[in-house]
Amino acid sequence: MPMDSNAVISEIRKNFMLESIKNGKRLDGRPLDEYREIKITENFIPKSAGSAMVELGNTKVVAGLKIEQGEPFADTPDKGVILLNIELLPMAFPTFESGPPSEQAIEYSRVVDRGIRESKMIDTSKLVIESGKNVWMIFVDIDVLNYDGNIIDACTLAAVTALKNAVIPGSKLGEKDFKLPVNATPVAVTMWKLGDELICDASLEEEQVSTGRITVTMSEDNNIHAMQKGEIGEFSLEEIQKAIKTSSNIGNKLREKYFR
Amino acid sequence: MESNIKLITDDGLRLDGRALNEMRPIKIQTGVVEKADGSAYIEWGANKIIAAVYVREAYPKHAQNIDRAIVKARYNMSGYSVEERKRPGPDRRTMEISKVITEALESTIVLEKLPRAEVDVFIQVLEADAGTRIASLTTASVAVADAGVPMRDLVVGCTAGKADGKMVLDLSKDEDNFGEADIPMAILPRTKKIVLLQLDGKVSQEEFDEATSMMMNAIPRISEIQRNALMSKYNVEEGE
Repeated sequence: MPMDSNAVISEIRKNFMLESIKNGKRLDGRPLDEYREIKITENFIPKSAGSAMVELGNTKVVAGLKIEQGEPFADTPDKGVILLNIELLPMAFPTFESGPPSEQAIEYSRVVDRGIRESKMIDTSKLVIESGKNVWMIFVDIDVLNYDGNIIDACTLAAVTALKNAVIPGSKLGEKDFKLPVNATPVAVTMWKLGDELICDASLEEEQVSTGRITVTMSEDNNIHAMQKGEIGEFSLEEIQKAIKTSSNIGNKLREKYFR
Repeated sequence: MESNIKLITDDGLRLDGRALNEMRPIKIQTGVVEKADGSAYIEWGANKIIAAVYVREAYPKHAQNIDRAIVKARYNMSGYSVEERKRPGPDRRTMEISKVITEALESTIVLEKLPRAEVDVFIQVLEADAGTRIASLTTASVAVADAGVPMRDLVVGCTAGKADGKMVLDLSKDEDNFGEADIPMAILPRTKKIVLLQLDGKVSQEEFDEATSMMMNAIPRISEIQRNALMSKYNVEEGE
C-alpha cells in the first residue's frame, strides 16, 4: 500500500483504531464488513466502447474500453484478446510517480485481470473474425484518479461494469454492432487484517495499519476464481476460510445491488 | 487453455505416474554461489532454480530504513528455461512473482534486527517446469537462512490444483497448462501461518479446503528437506 508522510500514524491512534475494530466498529462508524458508499456512473466516457466511473468513498477510478481488430496470440488462434491495465496516476497520491508502471500497479492489474479472465466472464471464442488472423481485442484501461484505499475492488467493479456495457463495433466490418457477450459477474472482495479481525473495503489509513491483505474473487456460480494474498503479513487457514465465506456473502450482495 | 487432454488415467494416476497427493522429488543444496553471503539450489521435479542472497548496507543512503531492513527479491528466468525463448529481463508476470516472494520473505525475516540493511535475494530459474514461484520461494528462504539472516521460520511453498475435476498436489506442467485451477501457497511450518497465497481458475469452497489440507500435509516433508540442506553444510567433518 502506498505510504506518505501521513502514514506515520501515532501509536495512540493506531491502538484506538485496533481497539475499536476489536469491538466490531471502525473509526468511521462502519461495521467490519461494510463498504463505503459506492457510486457507479455507467457510460462515463461516451467515446469509449464501454466505460464506468466508480467512487468507493473517496477512492475514484475510471475504466474505459477500446475495442480494435488485431492478430490473436499464436497459441490461441481461436480466441479474442483482453488486455487489462491499471494506471496509478501521479495525481492520485502524493508518492505516485509518472513513468513505467510500478510493481504495485502491475500486481493490482494482474489480480483484477485474473478475476475477470478466470471467471470466464467474456467468452473470447466469440470474438474471432478470422481464425488465426483477425480477432477483436479488448483493451481495458483503468485510471486511478484518487487513492483512498481498496483499489482492487473498485477497479474490478469498474472493469466489470464497463465490460457489461461494451459494444463491439461490428459496423467497421460492414456488419451490425453487437453487445459483448457476458457470461458471469465476478466481484472481488478484498479484506485486510487489523489485529485479529478481517475488515472489508479498508480506507487508506486502515490499509496503512493493516498486517496483510487478501483478495477473493468469486462469481455467481459461487466458485473461487482468483485469490491473492498481498503485503507483508500472515494469515491462518481459518482466516482464509473466513475470508472466502465473507467474499461469497458480500459478493452476492454487491452483485444483487449493482449488477441486476 | 482448455483441451480434451486426459490428465488423470483410468487407474486414478496422473500422466507422470504420480498419485493425486504425491509430490515430485525435491533436492536442495546450500552454498552453491561462493561469492554470495548465502545461496541455495533446488531441483523440484524438472525445475532447476538457484537463489543467492547478499546482505549489505542499503544504497543509496536515502533509501535506507533507519529501523529495519529492506528486502528485495528478484525472480528472473533464463532465456532457455522455457519451451519458447523467454526474452530476458522483467515482465509483468515476473514482477508480480518478485513482489509476492518479497512479501513472503519479509513476513518471516526479523527486519528490526537489521536496521539500514538491504537483503537482496536473486533468484534465477534455469529450467522451469510448473511451480517455479513456490520452488523459488522455498529455495530462497534456505538461501536467506544460509546467509545468517535472522528469521522466524523457513518459508515452505507448495502448489495444489485441479485436473480433470480432481484436486491434485504439486501440479505438473501439463496440469498447470490444461488443468482447471492452480493454487500456490507458502506457510511458516512452525505456526502454520500463510504468507503467500494465490489462486486462479475455478474451485468451490470444498475443493479449496481439500487443496489446502493436501498442501498442509505435504509441507512438513519439504520443511525437512530444507532443514537437512542447511544442516548438512555443518555436518561435513562429522561424516565418514
